[in-house]
Amino acid sequence: MSLRSNILDLRKRKKEVQKGGGDKAIEKQAKMGKLTARERILALLDKNSFHEYDLFAEHSATDFGMESKVLHGDGVIIGTGTIYNKPICIFAQDFTVAGGSLGLMHARKITKIMDHALKMRVPLIGINDSGGARIQEGVNSLAGYGEIFFRNTLASGVIPQISVILGPCAGGAVYSPALTDFVFVVENISKMFITGPSVIKSVLGEEISMEELGGARVHAEITGNAHFYAETEMECFDQIKALISYIPRNNSRKALPYPSKPPKKGKKIEDIVPVDPRIPYDMRDIIISITDGTEFLEIMEHFAPNIIIGFARMEGETVGFVANQPMVLAGVLDTDSSDKAARFIRYCDAFLIPIVTLEDMPGYLPGVDQEHAGVIRHGAKILYAYSEATVPKVTVILRKAYGGGYIAMNSRHLRADFVFAWPTAEIAVMGPEGAANIVFRKEIAEAENPEEMRQQKIQEYKEKFANPYVAAAQGYIDEVIEPKQTRARILHALQVSENKSVFLPNKKHGLPPF
Amino acid sequence: MSEEKKYKNLIVQGAVYKTTFTRKFEERINWEAPNENLIHSFLPGTIIDIFIKTGEKVKEGETILLLEAMKMQNQVRMPFDGEIVKIYIRKDEVISKNHLMLEIKPKNLK
Repeated sequence: MSLRSNILDLRKRKKEVQKGGGDKAIEKQAKMGKLTARERILALLDKNSFHEYDLFAEHSATDFGMESKVLHGDGVIIGTGTIYNKPICIFAQDFTVAGGSLGLMHARKITKIMDHALKMRVPLIGINDSGGARIQEGVNSLAGYGEIFFRNTLASGVIPQISVILGPCAGGAVYSPALTDFVFVVENISKMFITGPSVIKSVLGEEISMEELGGARVHAEITGNAHFYAETEMECFDQIKALISYIPRNNSRKALPYPSKPPKKGKKIEDIVPVDPRIPYDMRDIIISITDGTEFLEIMEHFAPNIIIGFARMEGETVGFVANQPMVLAGVLDTDSSDKAARFIRYCDAFLIPIVTLEDMPGYLPGVDQEHAGVIRHGAKILYAYSEATVPKVTVILRKAYGGGYIAMNSRHLRADFVFAWPTAEIAVMGPEGAANIVFRKEIAEAENPEEMRQQKIQEYKEKFANPYVAAAQGYIDEVIEPKQTRARILHALQVSENKSVFLPNKKHGLPPF
Repeated sequence: MSEEKKYKNLIVQGAVYKTTFTRKFEERINWEAPNENLIHSFLPGTIIDIFIKTGEKVKEGETILLLEAMKMQNQVRMPFDGEIVKIYIRKDEVISKNHLMLEIKPKNLK
């Protein structure tokens, strides 16, 4: 045999294995509106950057007729490559090979690339498209999942971990994505649940479709399991690339800066916010008006939209934004918005991304459902996350900052580095309406015309307390600024905080209320 | 005008805010105080047997009916000494979760 024939043999072998489950299975995958695992990787990574490992891996199962089955690559593709020239590790489950089912070798390949990602301190992207555990391999499949979950946990907060759900991801398999930082879903393609519709029907008599139970929309809007929602796989890949551009490759360095751009000229910032604190506006317009260009990468856009989280750039540097959205539920804090914000704050803190908080909220959402859903322990997560975060933290209070919500939204008391307030800010223990009803209860009740007296007292309270100057007098806010100065003040604050260095008491780990 | 119209009112601490609602908020279940005189099914299933009649006086802890659910025959017991006011189910009936099965009322049996 000549070298030439050896090389030809290698090429032939590669070609054979790279076909995954074969033409028929690939056709079936296309019929479901899905790309193949290989197509996905190539679409996501920089051109010609992907290098595959363990292409010739084979399972060694012998039960239930497995000994005669050849599963190319054991149903998963692993490798390294780049996105915008930044290195990443990736695995993609291949549904065309035994339904992407997870056996021992399949799991070993995934854990191999995970170990590599952690060792090399580069982001890990996992594309999930799998029918679940490979039943024929029994407890070895379960062991495989466990090994993956353990590594997800070890890598958490060290390297970015991204999960892309492009097919079924059911039963125990859902817990790997749930342990990662960002989960991407695509309409009609992603399906995530612990217990499927058929079991739910047979046991509980509840009939529900897969889409309604655990489709993309459900996880983006109702459960909060997904962070990014797309209509198509290609849109999903664009979202992943955008995210990668904002985050650092690991927790020991900052995200790479981009060229600075001025904010797009649009509506004047002071024209966006109505003076009456009860009239809404879109907080995203404020974010856009103070950040570079027009790009704001909103995260969990459809879940708990009463709070906004996401990344933007200011003078080229990545900044994490947490902002109340008066347009939805008046921007109140509730169980879901607290969860959403707290996790994002911890993400920013873990990956050295400064946090800018824009505040305009009337308090917590009232209701039995909220209390019974544990708004106390969920709300506590925000307090914990802000208090614990040691990255630069800047707060701008635009209008309402009442009660417990004022404390929670990165107040001075939780060690915000800079707190600015607009002249329209109302920093008070509660809104004028509620306060007047309590403080002047007697006067209102005894008045000849109680309603007139109530309005008078509300006005009185408003003038006295519903402003930024009471808090400014105590040093709780650092400066009352004009709205048009907002971008410049935040930039300056971030600039002087660049070398911020604070240390928390030594501990093994804290006990956040989750 | 139309701008004003699409907003809903949300009251937080006495103040009325113009805003929009989420699907989750609109679909939230309003809390009702439980009525202990109404016995609902805790699981969907089949009524295997009914041991009581309307007007019958039953002691606390006595089995009043059998509900087969999740492949188990579950004994439904009288929560307190009382009387059966009304029976809303029949033997062999298949019922859903939270289906009203019985109305009872407390009665001193001594």
